Amino acid sequence: MITLTHYLVLSAILFAIGLAGVIRRKNLLLLFFSTEIMLNAVNIGFAAVSKFYGDLTGQMVSFFIIAVAASEVAVGLGLLVLWYKRTGTIDLESMQEMKG
Amino acid sequence: MEAIAFYLFSAITIGMFSVVVFSKNALYAMSALAGGMIAISGFFFLLDADFLGAVQIIVYTGAVMALYAFGMMFFDTTKDVKENIRETKIINGLWIASFILLIVIVSVPFISDQIMLDAPLSDHKVIGANNPQAVGIFLFTKYLVQFELAAVMLLVAMIAGIILVSKKMDVSLTTTIDDEIEKEEFHIKDAK
Repeated sequence: MITLTHYLVLSAILFAIGLAGVIRRKNLLLLFFSTEIMLNAVNIGFAAVSKFYGDLTGQMVSFFIIAVAASEVAVGLGLLVLWYKRTGTIDLESMQEMKG
Repeated sequence: MEAIAFYLFSAITIGMFSVVVFSKNALYAMSALAGGMIAISGFFFLLDADFLGAVQIIVYTGAVMALYAFGMMFFDTTKDVKENIRETKIINGLWIASFILLIVIVSVPFISDQIMLDAPLSDHKVIGANNPQAVGIFLFTKYLVQFELAAVMLLVAMIAGIILVSKKMDVSLTTTIDDEIEKEEFHIKDAK
């Protein structure tokens, strides 16, 4: 029998994987991938709560998260392409203009 | 049956996302991310959120991954990604912080059992073929304002994406010296 706890633990594991990626990655494109993983992990948690409490609010929040993720990708990728045109690299370290 | 599906999809998603996080090749990472998204939509079908599962496939594996694939045409993806990964004290500290966060996420539901139901659906059937119907009713009554805000936000994001990529914005105006701007103006005058 799969309970809510199973889904929440899975959601937490996926979120931790995404968080590890955000901490570890230095390439901006792969950093974006890691944020997508975190958003998806949260979506699973919301959908699971929605089912096990018989409430549709969780699914609604998931929809809005998907909308936010889609617009984030559009704007973020535009900025990334712009940065690549300007500097020729998408490395995170290239954004350190102040050496401190 | 549900348990088999759950553990199968869990293994696929965790494996795929581990590849995304730890792979050196950007193309492998993107393919694995697309596969993981498909597996996540399997969870949504398992959780009786049919419409959400369909949206997950269409938006994530359709639109978002296509957008990333388009973006990767600009960058060199055949080479391995060179990353200067340093294992420092800060990184270890952040790791520990992330695990604390993990424990909090897992344990808080046990502590706070009383979740307030905002839209209880005892009188509706929200599973199976009725799920998209119920979602539509809620989206256009209770969450209408949020829905419209999301629509405006997507429009703004679309315009921003078009402007950022298509317009001539690859020269920074703030870091350009005034002389160069004047020189360009002279060139324009000469051309005239």
